[in-house]
Amino acid sequence: MIWLTWRQFRAQAAAVYGLLAVLAAILVIAGRPLSGVVRLTPADSRLYYAGIVVTYLLPAVIGVFWGAPLVTRELEAGTHRLVWNQSVTRARWMATKLALTGLAAVAAAGLLSLVVTWWAGPVDAASQPSTVPVGADIGTDVPDAESFAARISPLLFGVRGITPVGYAAFAFVLGVTAGILLRRTVSAMAVTLAVFAAVQIAVPFAVRPYVIPAAQQTVTITSANISKLGVNSSGEVEELAVAGPRGAWVLGNETVDATGRVVTAPSWVAACLLPPMPSEPQGRASPSGPVAEADQECLTKLADLGYRQRVTYQPADRFWALQGTETAIFLALSALLAWLCLRWIRNRVS
Amino acid sequence: MTAVLRARQLGKKYRRGWALTGCALDIPAGHVTGLVGPNGAGKSTLLNLAAGMLAPTTGTIEVCGGMPGSGPAQLAKVGFVAQDTPTYAGLTVADHLRLGARLNPNWDDALAHRRIERLGLDPGQRAGKLSGGQRAQLALTLGIAKRPELLILDEPVAALDPLARREFLQDLMEAVAEHGLSVVLSSHLVADLERVCDHLVVLVAAQVQLAGEVEDLLAAHHRLSGPRRDPATLPADQQVISASHTDRQTTLVVRTEAPILDPAWTVSTVGLEDLVLAYMSRPAEAGPGRRPTLEVLR
Repeated sequence: MIWLTWRQFRAQAAAVYGLLAVLAAILVIAGRPLSGVVRLTPADSRLYYAGIVVTYLLPAVIGVFWGAPLVTRELEAGTHRLVWNQSVTRARWMATKLALTGLAAVAAAGLLSLVVTWWAGPVDAASQPSTVPVGADIGTDVPDAESFAARISPLLFGVRGITPVGYAAFAFVLGVTAGILLRRTVSAMAVTLAVFAAVQIAVPFAVRPYVIPAAQQTVTITSANISKLGVNSSGEVEELAVAGPRGAWVLGNETVDATGRVVTAPSWVAACLLPPMPSEPQGRASPSGPVAEADQECLTKLADLGYRQRVTYQPADRFWALQGTETAIFLALSALLAWLCLRWIRNRVS
Repeated sequence: MTAVLRARQLGKKYRRGWALTGCALDIPAGHVTGLVGPNGAGKSTLLNLAAGMLAPTTGTIEVCGGMPGSGPAQLAKVGFVAQDTPTYAGLTVADHLRLGARLNPNWDDALAHRRIERLGLDPGQRAGKLSGGQRAQLALTLGIAKRPELLILDEPVAALDPLARREFLQDLMEAVAEHGLSVVLSSHLVADLERVCDHLVVLVAAQVQLAGEVEDLLAAHHRLSGPRRDPATLPADQQVISASHTDRQTTLVVRTEAPILDPAWTVSTVGLEDLVLAYMSRPAEAGPGRRPTLEVLR
């Protein structure tokens, strides 16, 4: 059964692993960006984003091209009636295929993530704290750190560390499940892609922030930490944000008044922070230079009135805890789907 | 006599309706059994149930003493060559033999290679490039080299031209003689089965209409022709299978164990094909409450 699985799978495996090898070779030959970078060269920048895109795509590709056809290909060609009538039970047939192809999927995603995470290490390091305790460095170094997303941010979290492994396993088994339920390769591929994309979009916003209760900090708004001020055309403050801890994933940035209620900052703040530009709706980032003094006065008045900024965030040092939890969730889902596949292949498909 | 296949009240319902109902059947070991019936009569359903590809909706089916598809040991006892003789288009002939060798404990590798060689199949050729006849032979080789107790073939010759058909069946018979297998094969053409079968099951409209040894069946059926009369006036032990009337004459196919004594009839024998056709064209008076009254003849 192992031989047959390999014999049927080797072309697909060669295609994906071949592309991975090419990508890894390019990254290794190009070399990592220098550590402490502030700006990426255009070539490095392309590789940086290509790494993100490919790592996001690989699980989807595995689900669509390895998972979905695994069973439907047999059903459409009728060969399931050949192979299920050898002296091997359907359950064993399914289990072997799931296990071997699933391992290949997991290994492919793991290797890709390893290479990409290694290559992007210096870039990611530029936006995460090394030894500074979280919270102590609020507001420092904002302009440079913002150049790159933190590895815990939604953009990078799914393409660093071990989460791609969980995604690949899930996408693969999802494809197989869709194939068993729909029995048509093309529709199974489409459904796999749609469901997987939906899960990929839903998880960072609906699940990941709440897996570990987010941390909160209430800080005084200063000219050093204010990072965003949005004013609408009638002069009301629409948006006011301060910089979160370095490398953290900021989930919420709210202004609270002296009693702790969430409020919008009074509109005179807009007037004194952005004096003669009412026509410009969007604010500016990180005030600096001579304006800062006048701004500081204005912000001190705001602080004296009891206004504070409350930042809700996942600190950078929770990266591995969140990675482990999310990977475990996806692996558990994969195991559940695999179990359903085994049940259905025994009882429902003919 | 042991039965390789025993069905009781066997039924299978698909979404569109019953494909098989109230099927009671005993197929004895050591025979080549032909399963014949019109398209859509439930032949494939019955064979797929026997191979364990389908699970029955009602009743039970027992093949070689076990529940079909219940485990590796049961699977090893039953060989199944499915309709259209599926093979892996991308795998070579040699790959298929390797597949058989890896997946079957009783695999007879020497037999498989001998057959492939004798049939003139190139081991390096992909199965997708084989002709229909060659593919059927490859699938049959897989079925035979597995060394099953019962080999089930679902319309194995349907896609073959008459010459390939004859060769395939001849080849099957040689294998049967050599290895002493029991065989059940289906076809909607009686002519295919006439040459090779010594046991017959006629399936019409989801029900078993007739089952028995070909010789006994032929001996028990007679064609009666004579002056026109109502078939209802026949003696009770003569069961009318089919009747056709002209203005003056009546021709009947009747089933009876007893000799026909009425001198008004000209009695002749019925060929297998005519016999099967008589059962196939029987009006479908079979309501859900009515079970076929025929049983296996001894």
